Amino acid sequence: MEITHDKQLLTMLGAIFATLSSATIATLILNLRSKSEKVAALLANLNARMKSWWVMIAIFSFAILTGGTTSILLFSIVSFLALREFITLTPTRTADHRSLNWAFFVILPINYLLIAVHWYAMFAIFIPVYAFLWIPIRSALAGDSEDFLARTAKIQWGLMVCVYFVSYAPALLNLSIPGHEQHMARLLCFLVLVVQTSDIMQYVFGKIFGKRKIVPNISPNKTVEGFVGGVLSATIVGACFYWVTPFQPWQAGVMALIISLAGFGGGIVMSAIKRDRGVKDYSALIPGHGGMIDRIDSLCFAAPIFFHLTRYFFAH
Amino acid sequence: MLNAICALIRFFTGAQVRWNGCEPAAVQRVYYANHTSHCDCLVLLAVLPAYIRQLVRPAAAADYWNATSLRRWFSHKILHIIPIDRSKLTRANNPMQKLLGAVDEGSSLIFFPEGGRGDQTTVREFKCGLYHLSKARPNLELIPTYIDNGNRILPKGEFIPVPILCSVTFGEPIKLLPNERKDDFLNRAKLALEKCAC
Repeated sequence: MEITHDKQLLTMLGAIFATLSSATIATLILNLRSKSEKVAALLANLNARMKSWWVMIAIFSFAILTGGTTSILLFSIVSFLALREFITLTPTRTADHRSLNWAFFVILPINYLLIAVHWYAMFAIFIPVYAFLWIPIRSALAGDSEDFLARTAKIQWGLMVCVYFVSYAPALLNLSIPGHEQHMARLLCFLVLVVQTSDIMQYVFGKIFGKRKIVPNISPNKTVEGFVGGVLSATIVGACFYWVTPFQPWQAGVMALIISLAGFGGGIVMSAIKRDRGVKDYSALIPGHGGMIDRIDSLCFAAPIFFHLTRYFFAH
Repeated sequence: MLNAICALIRFFTGAQVRWNGCEPAAVQRVYYANHTSHCDCLVLLAVLPAYIRQLVRPAAAADYWNATSLRRWFSHKILHIIPIDRSKLTRANNPMQKLLGAVDEGSSLIFFPEGGRGDQTTVREFKCGLYHLSKARPNLELIPTYIDNGNRILPKGEFIPVPILCSVTFGEPIKLLPNERKDDFLNRAKLALEKCAC
C-alpha cells in the first residue's frame, strides 16, 4: 500500500475537508441558536447527516490516497451493500436462490477483479452479456415459472445498477489519457465531488427556495428551484476544479453539467423503485441518509456516462 | 466463538433489531419465534446483546443436529442446544423434561412453537409444546419474536446463504393465564407473534 504524493489530489481533498469543516461549524451554530421545537427534527437529521459525511469522506479519502486496489475494494463493498438492499426490497422467489448466490459471490467479485487486472474489454461486457444471459438460465433450471420475467429483471437490474454502473467509478482509474496516466484518481475524486455537490445543493436550494415540485408522486423533495440551484452549483464547482482534470475549464463545466443531470435521473429512478415498494429509504445503514442506495443513486447513473464520455473524447 | 459468529452474521445480514413492547434484559425468558430457515436461530442469537445471549439455549431438533458429527459439535459445543426428539417418544426421553431442566437451571430458551420449518411467510399453527411449558412453569415470560426474511437468506434445502437484510422484532411479553384453555392460549400466543410482523 502506497500513499500518494499527488499535490493536486491532496489540495482537492483538503478543499473538501475545509468545506466539510465549515459546514460542521455552521451546523453547530444552528444547533446553539435554534430553540423552537419545529426545527428539532430537521436539525437532528442534519446532525446525523454531518456525522455520516465525516465517516464517508474519511473512508473515501483513505481509499483514494492509498491507491487503486483499496479504491476497487471500497467500491466492491459499496456494490455488495447496495445489491443487498436492492434484492431485499424487490421480492424474488425461492427458485432464484442459486441465481442470487451467483450474483453476490461470483458475478460481483469477477466484475471488480476484471477492473483490478485492467481487462477493460471483458469488464465492459461481463455483466451486460454473460451475467445477463446466465441469470435467467440458472433461474429457469430451478423450474419455477411464476413471475419469471419480473424476477429475472429484478436480479439483472440489481446487477446492472448496483454492481456494473457503480464499478465504472473505480474503472476511471484504468483510463489512459495522454499526459495524465498517473493521475486518474483525480478524475474519480472529481466525479464524486460533482455528484455529491449536486445532491447536497439540490437539497439545500430545495429546502430554502423549493416551491414547484417536479415529480411529487415519486420524489416529493425534488423541486424545480432545488434542481436548478443544485445543477448550476455543481457545474460551477466542476468548472472551478478543471485543474485536476485533463479538461479545459469549459469542458470540465460541461462534464459536471452532464454528471449532475445523470445524477438527478438516477435519483428519481431509484426513488420510483422505493415508492413502488412503499418504503422511504432502502435501509437504515447510513444515519441521516438512509441506505447505501439512497446515497449512491446519483453516482450509479453518472459514473458510466462520465466514464464513456471521457474515454471517447480524451483517452487513447 | 459464538460471539464472533454472531458478529459475522450481523455484518452479513445487516440484521435490524426492534424491541417493541419489551426491553433487552438479562432475565429468564422464552423467546418463541416463527421458523422458516436454518439461519433463524443464529439470526435471533446474533441480534441479542452478548450478556443476554450467554443465558440463552435454543430448543432444536435432535434428529437434524445429531445427524453429522460437525452438526453435533456445532449444536452442542457452540449453540448449547437442548436436543428435542421428534420421533420415538417415550417417557424416558420426554422432551418436556429436558426443557424444564434447562429452565430450572436458569436458562432462557429459544423455542419454535410451529414444530418445524415452514415454507411460507405466514405463521403456522402452534404445536402444544409452548402450552405445556407454560403450564409447568406459569411464571415464565414468553416473548413473541418475529424473524423477517430468514427464509430468503437460506430457504429449505439450500446451503449457501444469500445476503439479504433481515429484521428481528421482539413483542410484548405474554404469560399463561390461570385456567386458560390450551387452544385459547396457543391462539393468543400466535396472534401476539403475528402482531410483531407488522
